Amino acid sequence: MELICPAGTPAALRAAVDAGADAVYCGFRDETNARNFPGLNFSRAEMAEGVAYAHARGAKVLVAINTFPRAGQLGLWHGAVDDAVAAGADALILADVGLIAYAAECHPAQRLHVSVQAAAANPDAIAFYVEAFGVKRVVLPRVLSVPEIAAITRAAACETEVFVFGGLCVMAEGRCSLSSHATGQSPNMHGVCSPASHVSYRDDGNTLVSRLGDFTINKFAKGEPAAYPTLCKGRFRTGIGAGYIFEEPVSLDAAEMLPGLKKAGVTALKIEGRQRGRAYIASVVASFRAALAALEAGRPITGAGLTAMTEGQTTTVGAYRKTWR
Amino acid sequence: MPSEQPARRTAGHEEAAADMPGRVPLVVQLALRPLPLLPLQPILAATLKAVLANHPGIFERLGPHAGKRFGLAPTDLPLAFLLESLPRRPRITAVRTLPARLDVTIRGSIAALIGLVDGGYDGDALFFSRDLVVEGDMEAVVALRNAIDDAQIDLVREGCGSLGPLAAPAERLLRSLLPRPVTDPGAMPWN
Repeated sequence: MELICPAGTPAALRAAVDAGADAVYCGFRDETNARNFPGLNFSRAEMAEGVAYAHARGAKVLVAINTFPRAGQLGLWHGAVDDAVAAGADALILADVGLIAYAAECHPAQRLHVSVQAAAANPDAIAFYVEAFGVKRVVLPRVLSVPEIAAITRAAACETEVFVFGGLCVMAEGRCSLSSHATGQSPNMHGVCSPASHVSYRDDGNTLVSRLGDFTINKFAKGEPAAYPTLCKGRFRTGIGAGYIFEEPVSLDAAEMLPGLKKAGVTALKIEGRQRGRAYIASVVASFRAALAALEAGRPITGAGLTAMTEGQTTTVGAYRKTWR
Repeated sequence: MPSEQPARRTAGHEEAAADMPGRVPLVVQLALRPLPLLPLQPILAATLKAVLANHPGIFERLGPHAGKRFGLAPTDLPLAFLLESLPRRPRITAVRTLPARLDVTIRGSIAALIGLVDGGYDGDALFFSRDLVVEGDMEAVVALRNAIDDAQIDLVREGCGSLGPLAAPAERLLRSLLPRPVTDPGAMPWN
């Protein structure tokens, strides 16, 4: 299985490649990718340099252009596709059907992947992307169990890729409007969930209060692990009690699920975290590289041991082990 | 509806503590308290000059946030730093107390703050573990963090560079006191 690693900056790309990534995914410094944060991402020149660095060391670069173009502003997204192809990207990670059609028509030789933002979670949806646009891989949403992934992979006429580590998006990816509701900006259209411009923290030495727009997202007692200020992982008081009404601030760590994912026929394993620093990238990539080596050698996988790196300082195997009634 | 809660693992106290930066011992903090800050100023100025000369792309990544005033407050030292990121006249000043009107305040142990600069620690992980406190303009914080992380600054080496013949021993001494960055190939693994 390939290890697909995040990079928000050229330095992070180099760290990922050096730590053993088979491929690195990254985006341009604008609204065309779902991590459009201040100071993050790649200029056109940096993308070309990053591709050259990765290729020289046997790694691939996948360019994420995984937001949905706004009406009347298609040029920004079409330009990103053209520029990523020109930079030598090994694949484009796309979410919008219209943009996938543009890429398939204008760059027929370019390898295309369906982003998790497209929420293609069943064989019929995947078959549409394969038959209509010739996509080669689909990144599956983080709401499926391992048996479901195995069934989808068996039925799919393309490769599948799944997340194994990092922040968990608990909503229908590419469809979530919580950030838009709170701030007017969303990961789907603007490339940013819970934008920093709308975030504030107040720490009086005991309690940390996080706010997003007009909403108080959480209050963390002294010593309690903190979390991102996203509505989906906020703690609220409601008519039926107080607590986390959508999801607790936990992160995915599916290291122990690697044998099952291999058996399911998954082609690639993805690490979340383009917004994270080099220390995170180097450490998580190296840890999963070691886990994959253990898997290949038939040794037991002892777990990535990366809990202290994670949101809420707590990890979960998420939906991979969830059963439904 | 899910009928069974997936397994969860929370970082134990020992695991988290082992991964996080240490603090300057109290006795050292007390010993430093009466010392004047003025002698620090030329070292800080030379360090900033070296960093900017070696990493000119920092301001480009800071974008519209260049020019903002950042307060850096080591919680285990009796001083703080005021960073004024003006592209033409950037300045860093050691102060006893940070001024009230700042765009951003970042608080953490000196090891955490240095680790953020040289890439030894991940900023989000320090925030999750409550080893780092950020207040103020969050866009500016994120931009500064990303600009610095991309620059791959070796703060100890670049800071000691201005000390002439004392540079090498000063660098050795500082490195012996600080945790090695996780991105250093010879460093201990994060976990």
